[in-house]
Amino acid sequence: MSQGIITVCYIAATILFILALGGLSNQETARRGNVYGMVGMAIALLATIFGVVTANYEILIGALVIGGTIGLILARRVQMTQMPELVAILHSLVGAAAVMVGFASFMDPEMKFEGVEKIIHEIEIYIGVLIGAVTFSGSVIAFGKLSGRIGGRPLMLPGRHWFNLGLLLAAIWFGREFVIQAETGGGMEPLIIMTVIALVFGIHMVMAIGGADMPVVVSMLNSYSGWAASATGFMLSNDLLIVTGALVGSSGAILSYIMCRAMNRKFLAVIAGGFGTGGGASAGGGGEEQGEVVPLDAGEVAVALQDAREVMIIPGYGMAVAQAQHVVQEITRTLREKGVNVRFGIHPVAGRMPGHMNVLLAEAHVPYDIVFEMEEINEDFPDVDVSVVIGANDIVNPSAQEEPDSPIAGMPVLECWKGKLTVVLKRSMATGYAGVQNPLFFKDNTRMLFGDAKDTLDQVLHSLN
Amino acid sequence: MKIGVPKENFPGEKRVATTPDVVPQLIKLGFEVMVESEAGHAAKFSDAAYRDAGADVVNDVWGADIILKVRAPSDAEISRLGSGQTLISFLWPAQNPELLEHLKDRGVTCMAMDSVPRISRAQKVDALSSMANIAGYRAVVEAAQHFGRFFTGQITAAGKVPPAKVLVIGAGVAGLSAIGSAKGMGAIVRAFDTRPEVKEQVESMDAEFLMLDFEDEDGSGEGGYAKVMSKEFIEAEMALFAEQAREVDIIITTALIPGKPAPELVTAEMVASMKDGSVIVDLAAEQGGNCALSRPNEVVQEHGVTIIGYTDMPSRLASQASQLFATNMRHLLSDLTPEKDGQIVVDMEDEVIRGTTVTHQGEITWPPPAPKLSAAPPKAQEAAPPMPEPEQAPSVWGPILTLAIGGLALLGLGAVAPPSFMAHFTVFVLACFVGYMVIWNVTPALHTPLMSVTNAISSIIIIGALLQISSANETIKWIAGVTVLITAVNIAGGFAVTRRMLEMFRK
Repeated sequence: MSQGIITVCYIAATILFILALGGLSNQETARRGNVYGMVGMAIALLATIFGVVTANYEILIGALVIGGTIGLILARRVQMTQMPELVAILHSLVGAAAVMVGFASFMDPEMKFEGVEKIIHEIEIYIGVLIGAVTFSGSVIAFGKLSGRIGGRPLMLPGRHWFNLGLLLAAIWFGREFVIQAETGGGMEPLIIMTVIALVFGIHMVMAIGGADMPVVVSMLNSYSGWAASATGFMLSNDLLIVTGALVGSSGAILSYIMCRAMNRKFLAVIAGGFGTGGGASAGGGGEEQGEVVPLDAGEVAVALQDAREVMIIPGYGMAVAQAQHVVQEITRTLREKGVNVRFGIHPVAGRMPGHMNVLLAEAHVPYDIVFEMEEINEDFPDVDVSVVIGANDIVNPSAQEEPDSPIAGMPVLECWKGKLTVVLKRSMATGYAGVQNPLFFKDNTRMLFGDAKDTLDQVLHSLN
Repeated sequence: MKIGVPKENFPGEKRVATTPDVVPQLIKLGFEVMVESEAGHAAKFSDAAYRDAGADVVNDVWGADIILKVRAPSDAEISRLGSGQTLISFLWPAQNPELLEHLKDRGVTCMAMDSVPRISRAQKVDALSSMANIAGYRAVVEAAQHFGRFFTGQITAAGKVPPAKVLVIGAGVAGLSAIGSAKGMGAIVRAFDTRPEVKEQVESMDAEFLMLDFEDEDGSGEGGYAKVMSKEFIEAEMALFAEQAREVDIIITTALIPGKPAPELVTAEMVASMKDGSVIVDLAAEQGGNCALSRPNEVVQEHGVTIIGYTDMPSRLASQASQLFATNMRHLLSDLTPEKDGQIVVDMEDEVIRGTTVTHQGEITWPPPAPKLSAAPPKAQEAAPPMPEPEQAPSVWGPILTLAIGGLALLGLGAVAPPSFMAHFTVFVLACFVGYMVIWNVTPALHTPLMSVTNAISSIIIIGALLQISSANETIKWIAGVTVLITAVNIAGGFAVTRRMLEMFRK
């Protein structure tokens, strides 16, 4: 196959990838978009396999079949509540691949460049391996945190900013060494040392980030995996990789930006460490007795829901933990059959990754046209009779608006307290990730329903029938 | 323990202390419930309904351990009570000291539904609030009954109908309920209260809050009730009312100060100045009245104005009043039976129970010690005046500097890099922009599928491994093989899981 045909195939693949991302702009076209993505990938693979690969087909086919099977099994087995973990671990694979391609490319004797081109090629390898290694170790830690294998609390090393800065400087210094040594045919050592540094940096970076910032981390790693692919493309002078990597990279970057905006946090502040590190003047002040909470039982909640005309359900990570989405759907269906207008209000950072709640609700067959983004429905709360907050805390915390010195001040929140009645489902009176007391619980029109969300909602459903 | 619910025998009282809806909940708490025959008749609850709910309908309930009543017991009823029994009803201990003496002498434990402390936790037991809510609503209904016009304004073929103007004095529970009801019927509603903190509540109901042009004197007394105001304040207030009286069609007064006769707010002259056909509803008539001319339990006509002085507004909405009252009682009983075993425990450490209990073990326990927490939060310390925030003018230099540095870096790169690199770089930059444009269109609901599909797509890095796999070098060959393996996991897994997710999104 001539180089020209391969290039044409790559262009086709690029266009299909762009169409795939464009297709996700709404639910109707999303499935088609995914098909475009698969076709694009197939074209790229076939063109490369038939056009470039000349030997070792048995390893290639074996690896493809085994890897593909593992991937399919993973995709089939995974629970929707575990999506963030799966996405994180898949990111780590891209990172690992970038590292390995970088090393292989460095060792490849066929790659012959001269002068400036050689130096640029070596810098490309160096950067590709660096990003790949950070993505890899960061994603592995993120996977551990998301799946609960590693505690969710941010790890706060003393002087961690200096530590990070030191790692960065070391990476730059070894980069210089690498280029110099590579001139004379060496360079393996600095490359390996730098890889280790990058791995440590990835681990340390994600360890320092708290549970509430996980959506930012996941989308940031998404972005990194794209940049890693792009850097590999530069290294191999392959435009398809460059373009695809850039698409993925900017996609992840935009998601990170959206998530940060939804928490009113600076991207750098998130990366630099978890909540409660800076200021936090009123974190303690908010913790004092603010009044009393009024608990309800499931039967009373059922009555309140039945008598309502407008119900807003606000799910949070607690719903995912309790696996309560199916019961929520049952309650929604029952109420809608009785003529109650039930809608869902989703905060952008609810859950552990962007869009996490939407996926869970979709899994439970909640129709997507009653699931709304925060910006779409925040105005409607004064007309809502009952808001049901399921396992969410910081995203419905009025102190974000009312207390200028609160750690979450300025974060956009769902203003459920403006409705007539808010029912909060919660296991206990513990604070959210931000460690801030939530004055919502003490408001006159708030009632608490304590217990595991799934159990209590089961009882509510039972009372409704 | 047995709960007995007698028929109310106070003349005109239609309410009943429990309803068929509440009976099963009382049984759930472990009680047996006896209801006197025809007790719920006047409130439209039949004996059969009580029986269906699980209560015994009997002729005499006075042998029960706990007696639930609405009104305070009559002398004849007191004589039937004895030691060891518990009575829960309205008692008004401040107004009826000798009633309390009698009950104490007979060894009855009494809980007064009117003495529930005003703290947030006790709201569900607060029968005064639930009755006041009904009184406010009913006041508007009674006013509408005697008012010769529509409440709402209309333009009809037969001419224009002006909206009624309603003035509500005292924006407590009853006042707010009256505001809501009158507003709901389409009237123009104004409200006045001496407590400035209710302004927001009044305005939240879309009514106009009348401000007194007076240096701020806060009328909030203990427990969220009003207190007596200074003489100057009252004069300014009266001037305001006199002015309003000439203008409005309906005045509903609900002003009460605990333990004091109701303040006279609408004088005979003000009544005389009102338009013919106007209506005054005096919800404070029982405590002496806010209107000089109102008479308790009567409707009188003075100067062409109808003045309604009913004192039994809640009883005029007997079914609803009974239902709310019974629920208040049920909440109190569930606080009294922590074990849900039908045995009441009068825990004098519990603030709500302590405040409500007026006689216990042969002692008068009224008045209770002052409540620890007031319904309204204690006045916050005067917030320091917000520092005038220096308006940070967005610096024009920041972006320019960034652009300049970026531009210089690019120029530097262009100066040294070979053309082949620059070609790739161009593609890279353009691709970033395409990605930027495309991704902003993605709906937030699909962010998770977006991440999994971009993840699958970023496995295009497999191409790199494919370029290397044919290498003669053993190490490179095997590294490339492993890379193909893990990226294949990613490709298959990423696309398949995206597909699975997208399948789930349904209308």
